[in-house]
Amino acid sequence: MLRGSSAVAIDNERNKHPSDVIAAASAARARRSGRVGLATASRSTSDPHPAEMATHELHPNDTLTTLKMESENLKAKLEEERAKLHDVELHQVAEKIEALGQFVMKTRRTLKGHGNKVLCMDWCKDKRRIVSSSQDGKVIVWDAFTTNKEHAVTMPCTWVMACAYAPSGCAVACGGLDNKCSVYPLSLDKNENLAAKKKSVAMHTNYLSACSFTNSDMQILTSSGDGTCALWDVESGQLLQSFHGHGADVLCLDLAPSETGNTFVSGGCDKKANVWDMRSGQCIQSFETHESDINSVRYYPSGDAFASGSDDATCRLYDLRADREVAIYSKESIIFGASSVDFSLSGRLLFGGYNDYTINVWDVLKGNRVSILFGHENRVSTLRVSPDGTAFCSGSWDHTLRIWA
Amino acid sequence: MARDMSDIDILKMELQQLQKEVKNEREPVSKTAKELVDWVEANSAEDILLKGVPEDKNPFKEKGGCIIT
Repeated sequence: MLRGSSAVAIDNERNKHPSDVIAAASAARARRSGRVGLATASRSTSDPHPAEMATHELHPNDTLTTLKMESENLKAKLEEERAKLHDVELHQVAEKIEALGQFVMKTRRTLKGHGNKVLCMDWCKDKRRIVSSSQDGKVIVWDAFTTNKEHAVTMPCTWVMACAYAPSGCAVACGGLDNKCSVYPLSLDKNENLAAKKKSVAMHTNYLSACSFTNSDMQILTSSGDGTCALWDVESGQLLQSFHGHGADVLCLDLAPSETGNTFVSGGCDKKANVWDMRSGQCIQSFETHESDINSVRYYPSGDAFASGSDDATCRLYDLRADREVAIYSKESIIFGASSVDFSLSGRLLFGGYNDYTINVWDVLKGNRVSILFGHENRVSTLRVSPDGTAFCSGSWDHTLRIWA
Repeated sequence: MARDMSDIDILKMELQQLQKEVKNEREPVSKTAKELVDWVEANSAEDILLKGVPEDKNPFKEKGGCIIT
């Protein structure tokens, strides 16, 4: 488990988080002082029926060692239960379908304007507007068809690691080293100062790593370097639910497609991907097969699975109903971390942006790579498929965004 | 995040979580994988990045001119 100053040191080594000394120091202070104000209500679970508490009653005399042993036993039992149902591989089931042909995907637009690394981007539901955020503190709204910039906001902090478009298209949310998530309504009047209308919604005790509106403009889900995720009411800024369970920084989250109910998945530096019930705050399922930080998680379009991208240079697919990992997308030649993943509309293709500047396109069902896309001149940090699946956008440390189709 | 909890408390929390997860209902991969495949097949036709569209139908494709690959 990452705690205290060691976590800061590792952050600096990893070079994914800012090497900004001031930021690191304030992060360390935040860690040592602990969380402020986040509810711990979610910890108390309803009492299980005595007959169901099969293995362990928690006595006050339990030592660390006995608890650890119990934990290891339970983990082994969990894997045993999961293995019982592992009767076939996904690619075997997929043998009967046609292999994919050659793909011709090219950069169709290049969005230039950020002064530093692009860290995050999101599509508007209108399928043409994009919001992006950068290390230079700027958040820009673009028209991807014309490449024109429609709005620009300067945040009071650098490293704006998260940004999201509101479902209505009328606002954007963003945050990063300021430990907050703020919402900016987008004005039709280009001369209006957007920063004046800013609303601070979320407050974490460490950097904001990701944010997403839920089905409406009224609620925002956030993940943070403080190890938690949280659900907020935009209007009042009130914390509606907090999600505890990760043992280190949470780096990413994704909401389940609306038809499949109120859950979301998060990935963290503890190598775990957790699936959460938004209403109760409980972790429903947890997967720990990656060998390093999970940088990106994305639901399969049907909502029955999700993909992850990690610093261990692999992407993986987890089947939620089988409760296990069912595919690993990797090659010996790929040794740099995957920073960002997304599916094509049907779920057949998985696009992965990597730290070696490339984008690899994977056949989700058969498990092989079908294409490798070159173009960016530095790490790909963010990648999203457009809402109607006609194109996808990648953002990079080379300061640009590219639209591919 | 359990930064203000003792190691024992964290382990107890993990234990409770594991006890819950062990009881989760699961389905065999043969069934769920088939459903994943079926879903893809049912939706492949509308997947433009998969199937491609004629140049003039996709708003992001160039209209005319040369594209050097």
